[in-house]
Amino acid sequence: MNDSQASVKVDKLSFSYGQRQALRDISFNLSPGITMLLGPNGAGKSTLFALLTQLYRQQQGEIRFADEPLKQLSHRANAKLGVVFQQHTLDMDMNVSQNLCYFGALHGLNASSSLAQAIPLLSHFGLDDRLQDKVRTLNTGHKRRLEIVRALMHSPAILLLDEPSAGLDPAGRRSLMQTVREYCAEHRVAVLWATHLLDEPGAEDQLLILHQGQLLANGQCQALIADHDLQDLPQLFAHLTEEPRP
Amino acid sequence: MIYWYGFSGICKRELLRFWSQKSRFFSALVRPLLWLIVFAAGFRAALGIAIIEPYETYINYEEYILPGLCAMVLLFNGMQSSLSMVYDREMGSMKVLLVSPLPRGFLLLSKVVAVALISLLQASAFLLFAWLYGIEAPLTGYLCALPAMLLTAMMLNTLGLIIGAWVRQLENFAGVMNFVIFPMFFMSSALYPLWKMQEASQWLYLICSYNPFTFGTELIRFALYGEFSALAFWVVTLSTLLFSVMAIASFKPERRF
Repeated sequence: MNDSQASVKVDKLSFSYGQRQALRDISFNLSPGITMLLGPNGAGKSTLFALLTQLYRQQQGEIRFADEPLKQLSHRANAKLGVVFQQHTLDMDMNVSQNLCYFGALHGLNASSSLAQAIPLLSHFGLDDRLQDKVRTLNTGHKRRLEIVRALMHSPAILLLDEPSAGLDPAGRRSLMQTVREYCAEHRVAVLWATHLLDEPGAEDQLLILHQGQLLANGQCQALIADHDLQDLPQLFAHLTEEPRP
Repeated sequence: MIYWYGFSGICKRELLRFWSQKSRFFSALVRPLLWLIVFAAGFRAALGIAIIEPYETYINYEEYILPGLCAMVLLFNGMQSSLSMVYDREMGSMKVLLVSPLPRGFLLLSKVVAVALISLLQASAFLLFAWLYGIEAPLTGYLCALPAMLLTAMMLNTLGLIIGAWVRQLENFAGVMNFVIFPMFFMSSALYPLWKMQEASQWLYLICSYNPFTFGTELIRFALYGEFSALAFWVVTLSTLLFSVMAIASFKPERRF
């Protein structure tokens, strides 16, 4: 993957639902590697995802993918994006293969190309023997993995994960995180991983802390902690948000 | 090619969902069959039908309401598609559709055509059962009725999309039944010819005359007898275009997700 393809620039992005301001003047860049977007529920993470995926129309500010304005790219920008939403979006009555082929078709892949792309990913995410199983029969962790496989099967440069570990046990979360890290490092994908869990960001990850629609911190996790003369991320988060730990 | 894959993917998904909900198919058949076998039999004596276009002779009531019941199958399925859109939105699968690199208008209209094809299957199955029951149309009429039913289904589905864009919860579908489906069906030429309606009430006749569902019903009625109603065709076609534009314009996810 070309690194310039895997870049996102968000500049002074604001969004409001009527009178309620959900995002204020958000600016950050994404490049290959994992960027953790940390914020409690209601911080504006899902609104930011909806703007990046163009589910919502931009009101103020600018988003650029690979240096092209998102407004100009319009729906074509979605070819560069893989998205996993917080809410499960698989069709429960269809099997794994049918779900993947449906998504592949929406990205211009025929059934055989969809499966050819998906099978190595299924193998990487430990789902290679579940192709004919109804999605309804998969456990929560496997559904999440399948959604990530689906998000990656058209080889996007940018992967957006909105609380992908929600509902997983600690072992499942660690395993999912590790698998995504390996895949994205190998393929030079820019990942934006939204979470409200303080133990998910790694010391080397880029970190964005979003609180009440404002970006309070932007930088490498370890460096941000050191800059504020603190011991760990929970302290940094509490310090910046002046709230008890989520 | 990407457009073809996208369109066929959406059609295939609708077919798979339809196949996995066989009870929906049977319930969609039971409703018009009850009207045909029970209601029409009861009203046969009360409502004599004089010679009107496109019929060449006096017909019995069952024969008269056959096109209207076909249109009813399309109407219910079209409105159920609006329900399925609310379901898709609640389940999040609408997001998957909208993050595709295809234009939003194309995706929505593909869904309209996909649902119309399902409606066509259901209406064709109803015609088959009606034929088995003894209510027959000329063989060529059945072939002519297919495009007429497809076009009518598309008109009703685009109307369903507009409604689906405004309905927030699944529970509101009961309101759609009461305020859209029943008035559209009863205030049309599906159950009684318009001249009979005019005898009863002038204002009701006027409403029926301007109801797009009336034109859908008449388009199917004429097609079933191998004839073409140009007026009905143009009204249904233009209504489909108008509703399509309105559906795309009124679809704003920021109001919903």
